[in-house]
Parts: sequence; C-alpha cells; structure tokens
Amino acid sequence: MTAALTISGVRKTYGKLEALKGVEFQIQRGEFFGLLGPNGAGKSTLINIIAGLVQMSAGSVTVMGHDTVRDFRAARRSLGVVPQELVFDPFFNVTDMLRIQAGYYGCGEEVWPWIDEMLQRLDLWDKRKVSMRALSGGMKRRVLIAQALVHQPPVVILDEPTAGVDVELRRTLWRFMRDLHRKGTTVVLTTHYLEEAQEMCERIAIIDKGEIKALETTAQLLARHPFRFLRLKLAEGASLPAELQPLVAGQVNGSLELKLETAKTSFGSVFAALRRDGVAIEDVQTRDPDLEDIFVELTGRKAEAAA
Amino acid sequence: MTPNQRGFFTLLKKEIKRFWAVLGQTVTAPVITALLYLLVFAQAMKGRAPVYPGVEYTEFLVPGLIMMTVIQNAFANTSSSLIQSKVMGNLVFLQMAPLGPWEWFGAYVLAAIVRTVLVAAAMLIVVLPFVRLPVHEPLALVAVFLLSSGSLAVLGLIAGIVAQKFDHIAAFTNFLITPMSFLSGVFYSVHALPPFWFAASHFNPFFYLIDGFRFGFFGVADVPIWQSLLWASGFFGLMTAICLWMLMTGYKMKR
Ligand SMILES: Nc1ncnc2c1ncn2[C@@H]1O[C@H](COP(=O)(O)OP(=O)(O)OP(=O)(O)O)[C@@H](O)[C@H]1O
Ligand SMILES: [Mg+2]
Repeated sequence: MTAALTISGVRKTYGKLEALKGVEFQIQRGEFFGLLGPNGAGKSTLINIIAGLVQMSAGSVTVMGHDTVRDFRAARRSLGVVPQELVFDPFFNVTDMLRIQAGYYGCGEEVWPWIDEMLQRLDLWDKRKVSMRALSGGMKRRVLIAQALVHQPPVVILDEPTAGVDVELRRTLWRFMRDLHRKGTTVVLTTHYLEEAQEMCERIAIIDKGEIKALETTAQLLARHPFRFLRLKLAEGASLPAELQPLVAGQVNGSLELKLETAKTSFGSVFAALRRDGVAIEDVQTRDPDLEDIFVELTGRKAEAAA
Repeated sequence: MTPNQRGFFTLLKKEIKRFWAVLGQTVTAPVITALLYLLVFAQAMKGRAPVYPGVEYTEFLVPGLIMMTVIQNAFANTSSSLIQSKVMGNLVFLQMAPLGPWEWFGAYVLAAIVRTVLVAAAMLIVVLPFVRLPVHEPLALVAVFLLSSGSLAVLGLIAGIVAQKFDHIAAFTNFLITPMSFLSGVFYSVHALPPFWFAASHFNPFFYLIDGFRFGFFGVADVPIWQSLLWASGFFGLMTAICLWMLMTGYKMKR
C-alpha cells in the first residue's frame, strides 16, 4: 500500500534563503502525525508545496501515491489543507462558501448532509447563513477547517489550527480531529503547543531551518534523551554543593531544577552530596522530560512564542 | 457531469454570482456612463453630415459606445475578481482545488462575457426607442462581440495574474485600456483624423474591434470586415496564448 504522503528530496529557495534543504520522509495511512518546529522553520512552506500553492525548487511529493505536479488533480482530491492564515471570501455566507468549495472538487448535493454535519459538530450551525465577513476569528478558523474537509479527503493537513483559539474551542477541535483520525483519515498537524502534539500525535517530525532534526514516534522521542529532572527547594540560606552546580538547568518558582543524565548521575548520589554538606531541603519533585525539553535540545529554542 | 466539469461550472457560477451581487456597479453604472456620452455627443454633433451614406452621427456613435463599454467591463470583471481574491488571500481556495488552467481560463472568461452581454443588452434596450439601428451582418456582429469581450477578459486575467495589488490594476486600466479605447474611433471615423493619428489607429486592436462591430450593424465601416476579424482573432489568440502559458507555468501565482 502506498504511503499517505511521500516527500522526496524537497528543496525550496527564496532568492538566497534556503527555506527547505532537501526534506525527505513518509507519512503512512492512518497516522496522526505532528510537524513541529520554531517560527520560520519551513513548516508552512512544506505544507504549501504539498498543497500545490508553492513550487518546489527540487524534489517531489505524492499524496496517496499521486504526484502533486504530474497528477495534480488526483493528488488534490485526496488532500484537504487548513491554511495558517485566516483567509475568507467576504462575498459569501458560510454554507455557500462550503458548497462552492465542494463544487471545485467535483462534489455536488451528495455532500450537503456532510457539510451540515460539520457545521453542527464545529458549532457553526447558527452561523450557517451569516456572511463570512461577519464571523469572529475563531469562527472563521472553523469554517476553514470545514472547507478543507468538504470533499472528505483521506489526508488532512492542519497548519496551526489551534493558534489564537480559546480553551473550549481548542477542546472542540481536538475532539473533532480525533474523530476524523478514528474514522481512518490521515491527520498531519502543526502546532506550537507541544503538549498538544505530545497528547495527539503518534509520530513527530521536528524541523528547524529547513532540515528534519528528528523523526520518531512520540514515545521514542521522549525516551530518546536519557535524563530526568530533579527539583529541589532549598531551605533559607542553604546553598548547593559545588559539584552539583553544573547540573542546574533552570529555576522554577524558587526551586532549582537539576538535569540528571540517568547513566552518569543517580538521584542517590545527589542526595548523598546534599547530606554530606548538611544542606536542608524543603521540597523535592522529579519530572520526566517532555516534548518541550526535547524540542529545546534539538533546536536550541523555545517552542511557544507566546507562552 | 464529470468532476472536472462540475469544478468548472462551480467556478463559473461563483464568478457570475460575484458580479450579480453588485449589478448596480457592474452593469447599471457603466450603462449610465455610456448613455451620458451618447447624450452629450449627440447634442454637440447635431446637424453634422452623415458619417457614412445613410448613417447619422448618433447611429454611428452607438455601436462604438457599446463596444467601448464592453471592452472596459470585460477587462474590469476578470482583473478585479482575481486581484480581490489575491489581496484577500482567498485565492488559495481555488489554487488548492483540482482545477486546471483550462477551467480557470474558461470560467473567468465566460463569466466576463456574460457580464458584457448584459451590459450591451441593457444599452440596446435603452437606446433603441431613440436611435434607429439596423443589423446588416448578424454573424459578423456576434463574432466581433465575442472575440472582443473574450480578448479583454483574457487581458484582464493576465493583468490579475501579474498584479500584486489594486494599484497595478489601476495602472493597467488608466495607462492602457482607457487611452486605447478612447483613441480607437469610438466618437469619430478615423478618416476624419490627421495622417499620423490615422496611421496610428491602424495599430490599435481596439480600433478593429469597434470598426468590425459597427460593420455588423451598418454593413459599412472604415476597414473591410475580414481585416477586423483577422485582428480580433489575432488579438484573442495572442492574449489566450500568453494567459494559458502563465496559468500552466504558475507564473507569479505560485511563489
Ligand atoms: N513568499 C516568501 N518569500 C520569501 N521568503 C519566504 C516566503 N515564504 C516563506 N519564506 C521564508 O521561508 C522560511 C520558512 O517560512 P515558513 O512560513 O515555512 O515557516 P514556518 O515554519 O511555517 O513558521 P511559523 O511557525 O512562523 O508559521 C522563513 O524564513 C520565511 O521568511
Ligand atoms: Mg507556518
């Protein structure tokens, strides 16, 4: 069986800037896949190439086995893309917009029930006759999602669908994406909320400066770095033994966070050093690395610009 | 209906709806403008000798004015639709859809032709009670009309593809379409011009569109009809070739 998406040697240059430097990977059918990376990493560029909005400088892409250039009609019929920008056509109301979009894909009245179902599931039913220009940002975002799905494509790519979205809507979208995935749709998600990716995605690619830095299952990615975190709240006036100083990775609410590599430093040795110097401790916590830590490790940057 | 055909008809319908929603701007306004020209010029030129034997000035003027309005509106329809979608960003909906260059081309151009048919029909309905208009050569009339409306719709599509903002379209309109449509013998026979302008007119494709259209009504015109049809077809062919090449290569549309 062909993969849902095959990306082979994809390069994109904008003048001197190399936005993508030979990206290569596959996404299998039925996967829930995360594409992560800091701002400007090249995520949207890659998505726009898959969607046929941007011409690649080299390489090739297939969607469900169809080449996006040579066989663009079949490739595009298999694909739904939710763009990152909140774009809309002010001339039409929500239902008309969705029916027009379905028509572009060769779908007629037979998909109208599906459109109505999406309107209900995405909480847009009351707005279905409202002009696109009269919708709030979050509503426009949901129409964009419905628009990408009108033709019921087997592969769906969502470019930051939860950016600037309130907590409740985010939950609605998560539920919606999970349902889609459960029904067999291949879902590709980009997001800057790493807990979202950790929660939803089975496999993750981390891209930075146009290159894939990691491509593994979420579990492998989390297990990849054999370290744990130890949070110590020291008593007033107490200070850390000198040999433990290099382990300090940060401070959280007045606690020190030590990063311990499992092979080198055990919890026991840390406590032994503390006991030896008679350092008084008020509180102790341990924490496993999360995606955020892996992300910082791989890209040297924080993921959530706003957080 | 195949999926491709349905895609095409959807885009065509959407493009028609787009100008239909604002008929006041897209049909009524240009018709009123043209009628004002007619009123003013007919008054100013009253009592002049017939332009061709048996063709009074006012009669002579009407086909030219209709064609000028058709030219301007065909161009405006495709160019403004495309640039609006570009600036709003919603062109991506169309660009992501499985529509090929021919469907884009056909839908945009046909919608513009529909608009110009409405504009021309509205003008005829309004002036017919006052101006006697024979139709000597209906086939030539229809052929010249379709080629003219089509050519300008395609040129508008080209402008929409090349332009990145509204100003670029305005530049096309102000520096190309308007001057060329005024300097094309709408208001006069080119035989009345000084030699330089007489010669220059013969390099303006709009001149042949207008002259050929007039021939359709009166059976006489400044140049033979085959020459007008040749120019109109050549112009349409050239515009179409350029436009399809742009659509096929993704020129200026795919970053
Ligand atoms: N049309 C363009 N012209 C020139 N450079 C561009 C263009 N589009 C993107 N770039 C550049 O390509 C690089 C990748 O951009 P891209 O939009 O793919 O990043 P991203 O990973 O989606 O970032 P974000 O998380 O901010 O959305 C950036 O350096 C960007 O400036
Ligand atoms: Mg992006």
